[in-house]
Amino acid sequence: MNKRVVITGMGVAAPNAVGLANFEAALKNGSSGIRFFPELEKLNFTCQVGGKPQILEELLDNYFTPLQLKGLNSSGIVYGVISGTDAWIDAGLETANGNSPDWDSGIIFGTGILGVDKFREAIHLIDAGKTRRLGSTSVVQTMASGISAYLGGMLGCGNQVTSNSSACITGTEALLMGFDRIRSGRAKRMLVGSCGDHGPYVWGGFDAMRILPGKYNDRPEEASRPMSASATGFVPGSGAGALVLEDLDSAIERGANIYAEVLGGEINSGGQRGDGSMTAANNEAVERCIKVALENSNISGSAIDAINGHLTATNRDSTEIRNWINSLGRKRDNFPYINSLKGMTGHCLSASGSIECVASVLQVKNDFLFPNINCEDLHPEILQLIDEDRIPRQKMNAKINILAKASFGFGDVNAVAIFKKYIA
Amino acid sequence: MSEKEIIDRLKKIVEPYVQRVEGLQNFQENTDFLNDLEINSANLVDVVLDVEDEFDIEIDNDSLEGMLTVGDAKSIIQNKIKAG
Repeated sequence: MNKRVVITGMGVAAPNAVGLANFEAALKNGSSGIRFFPELEKLNFTCQVGGKPQILEELLDNYFTPLQLKGLNSSGIVYGVISGTDAWIDAGLETANGNSPDWDSGIIFGTGILGVDKFREAIHLIDAGKTRRLGSTSVVQTMASGISAYLGGMLGCGNQVTSNSSACITGTEALLMGFDRIRSGRAKRMLVGSCGDHGPYVWGGFDAMRILPGKYNDRPEEASRPMSASATGFVPGSGAGALVLEDLDSAIERGANIYAEVLGGEINSGGQRGDGSMTAANNEAVERCIKVALENSNISGSAIDAINGHLTATNRDSTEIRNWINSLGRKRDNFPYINSLKGMTGHCLSASGSIECVASVLQVKNDFLFPNINCEDLHPEILQLIDEDRIPRQKMNAKINILAKASFGFGDVNAVAIFKKYIA
Repeated sequence: MSEKEIIDRLKKIVEPYVQRVEGLQNFQENTDFLNDLEINSANLVDVVLDVEDEFDIEIDNDSLEGMLTVGDAKSIIQNKIKAG
């Protein structure tokens, strides 16, 4: 008998807000976290705007020991530890004391690339023949699993502790992997999430691919325009999101606050066949991913009240909506409500899935839909597919019983998670 | 530089790495970095880098191996300062 899995804690470090309560307020206000970075201008970037969580130095003392802060130069670890620790505390969980870890709790916390700035430091020292000057933290701040290793030690988790990596689906994939582990009875609690470093060394490669907008450097808050006719590419972001998944029985036994239930989901790949490639999704795979996610969740397409899309602000946005229409069998005025967080945060890459899952779950829990910003001029191709009122541009109060969250990533990989309102 | 000054500066350097704070109360030549102060052995390389910066010296890997106590570190620092 499969276990039911619920969400009992969340934390977030997003470009437009750090901390869950601040993030919910920012969502409702449609606050943009996109800013201009003089550093990117100096480096001749086409796109000189981006999304970076604003973290005060003093805040770090709440999460790291003075020793851990010494030489810490990995923004992904900072964001991941803040969101992961917050989620754990929000769930009412304690860190394991004594010599034994909590065997029932694990972590799946992914990233795309970790500790880029730390790695740059190391490269300079190594090239100067000063390898011995790296110190002891170069490895742990740059290994891909550094984020789950930091959190694992801080919280004392004794179940599986790992980091997954699958481009922009990383966060949603981590959630579904943690879900599987609890559902099959191999863990009671899994802290799942993802983080992404900020800065020119992460964003430069995307700038070089000419898929970032270059015309909004003087209007950063307008730069990220999912579903807009004037969208010309995604704005790069960074940050982290974290969710505590828990076996329903364990959550009830602890008297935990339950945000929502994870009904199911699917992860697949288009194999870079058909219209899929390293950088583009195979539409057949996307549609299959959505359909199988519905099947796994034992619901039909008609049950979906809202979609939180991947919708990055490229010409793929209308293709994504077509994929949803084909998979759900719903179009025009019968299409669910749909929104994209990326208008406010930019595309937080490996962190996007988890930050957007947190945003999705807040909407389900607290009966609202956050506004889509920067799409006053909806793309005409999208308007041919669905009615305008399906894309709220103002915050809406609405009871969301079931929400579908999708993430797509380079490598032709897809993930869809289904969240349901939990009623005790 | 007096021995006392070297030991005082050394104490300041190791402080952030110390996991057994009681060990700091009686910080003297016999104090053992791993046993008395419970410094994580991985962090010893960081202590050495901080010592190098503080005293503007370079400590080679061979010297490092014999650096178990505060007294060992003091002698290494004294020798390097003289040699420099």
